[in-house]
Amino acid sequence: MDVILFLVFASIAVVCAVNVVVQTHPISSALSLIGVMGALAILYLLLGAEFIAMAQVIVYAGAIMVLFIFVIMLLNAGAEQRRGRSLAVQLVGVPGFFGLLALLAYAILRLFPNATNVHFGGFTKGTAQDIGRALFTKYLLAFEVTSLLILIAIVGAIVLARKELD
Amino acid sequence: MEFYVISVIKAAVLAAILMTTLAYLQWVERKVIAHIQARIGPSRVGPHGLLQPLADVIKLITKEDLLPPYVNRFFYLLAPFLAVTMALLSISVIPFGSEISVFGHSTWLQLADLNVGVLFVLAVSSMGVYGIALAGWSSNNKYSLLGGLRSSAQLISYEIPLSLAVAAPLLLANTLSLRAIVQAQEGFYFGFLPRWHIFQGPMPQVFSFVIFLIAAFAETNRIPFDLPEAETELVAGFHTEYSSMKFAAFFMAEYANMITVASMTTVLFLGGWQPLFPVGLGSNFVGPGLFAAAGAICLYHGLHPARRMDRFTLPVFAVIFFGLAVALLIPATVSIFMPLFWFILKTGFLLFVFIWIRGTLPRFRYDQLMSFAWKFLFPVAVLNLLVTALMVALFS
Amino acid sequence: MTGVPLSWYLILSALLFVLGVAGFLFRRNIITIFMSIELMLNAVNLSFISFSYQLKQVDGHLFTFFVMVVAAAESAVGLAIILTVFKNRNTLDVDEVNSMKN
Repeated sequence: MDVILFLVFASIAVVCAVNVVVQTHPISSALSLIGVMGALAILYLLLGAEFIAMAQVIVYAGAIMVLFIFVIMLLNAGAEQRRGRSLAVQLVGVPGFFGLLALLAYAILRLFPNATNVHFGGFTKGTAQDIGRALFTKYLLAFEVTSLLILIAIVGAIVLARKELD
Repeated sequence: MEFYVISVIKAAVLAAILMTTLAYLQWVERKVIAHIQARIGPSRVGPHGLLQPLADVIKLITKEDLLPPYVNRFFYLLAPFLAVTMALLSISVIPFGSEISVFGHSTWLQLADLNVGVLFVLAVSSMGVYGIALAGWSSNNKYSLLGGLRSSAQLISYEIPLSLAVAAPLLLANTLSLRAIVQAQEGFYFGFLPRWHIFQGPMPQVFSFVIFLIAAFAETNRIPFDLPEAETELVAGFHTEYSSMKFAAFFMAEYANMITVASMTTVLFLGGWQPLFPVGLGSNFVGPGLFAAAGAICLYHGLHPARRMDRFTLPVFAVIFFGLAVALLIPATVSIFMPLFWFILKTGFLLFVFIWIRGTLPRFRYDQLMSFAWKFLFPVAVLNLLVTALMVALFS
Repeated sequence: MTGVPLSWYLILSALLFVLGVAGFLFRRNIITIFMSIELMLNAVNLSFISFSYQLKQVDGHLFTFFVMVVAAAESAVGLAIILTVFKNRNTLDVDEVNSMKN
């Protein structure tokens, strides 16, 4: 059952990720990215990270991607024009992509010859209580710094995007 | 194995009841708004217009299903699908009642009790924004685009006071699971005052209740916050180019969202399926009492009918109500149906408040709506959360 | 087998990361490049949570939480910058914003 769920949602994630890279219209890429995030949220649930899965949907898929879609709709971004690929790109780019992937996969399999089996229910310390406890004791400084970071981002975004009152 | 069978049965029952409720909620809305406006409302199709939803469904199905040639076809068809899916998904975690046992199998009247149930409802409602944004954009029509963008901006702006208002009773309940939140509200103060979150010390959640209700009006695009979809503004907003079943899908999504937020208010603030006063003081007789009173009123009006048809239809309704009252008095069904009755009573009252406000208030202008969210509701929600946290830290 | 080997999750994370890198290098629309960055961040999140499962500690979840917060802040500022660039240059093509070249 775990294997079937993993394979289904991993393939959804990979297909949507390929779609993000391949589609010409930004809105199609954005919606495929939302598909990737949804599939990843389900994989997080399989790994026992229930709070992070819900946070992924609320923050990433429900807020950040809405921001992307707003900007695409406001700027009326059209589809990219297809430009001829240069020979260098085809000779180096696509094999380079597969080469990098093969290198990473080999490194992973070599470093983890006897990795644990992931089954649903194997990790139960991903609840909101556990994350809250760790967040407010061990990672308190990082928490305060991220709140400052968000403040900086809010001020920066408002300053950059407002109309000039000449 | 038994778990899967029971879950499938529960899902089927819930889907059937939900679809019927959505149709009849529209009937209730039209009748209540009509009576607020000193008229009668649907009364021709069936007794007291009770078959009007059926007529509307037939009309919507048989209308011409246009697919305008200038729309972006994939997103045009995806948008109502997303809206309806997200609206129906959030109802799957709401606890409608306590544990029941039928034919030896015991189960809770809830489709799925997640550890993070509250977050799930918030997550699904934030995904519902995409249905509206995509509908507005794909219609290739400047009024739809503006209406869709305005509606999406309204939805994401009011999500923040909504989440902050939800966080305050969570401080009292100490859990994110909806079933556990209802169970944290059982018991009574002084033997008769219910320990619902709206009454619970150290901080009665009255302000959170009001903030949540206001944000819920905005989240479901109801009056007074329905500028982006009103018919006199921006043509009809994001659903201008939709017809027949896709239009019906958007309306089904709106009513399902209404039911979800009313149920969430009930679960978070009004004690879910907990009764108003203890069983020892006779709360099990409230259900039969109300139905018997309704039956008596129907019988009285049937004997002095205002219209000719009432002489036949109202006594039939009276018999149905008396039958329900008797059914609720049977001891075997009391433990199953009374919690469900309390839940439906509270949710129904909140839905009546939704419809009442629709018939009474005018709508906000868009800039008034947005400045209300950011300049008033958000600071008040933060302040409420801080005060609740302070009281909980000091007194428990 | 009763479960999925953890290395499958890590290989999925590597695959998503490499797809993000490919999108970042080969696309010209600035918004699509941004979305490829988000894809890379998501891949990293998946590997954090996988390792958190392996080591049976919750710290991986905390790191994922912080990555999400930073991604939110970065996308807000980045999109504001994109809006400003569009207002001034009227194009979303990275190859055409080259007035400082040569």
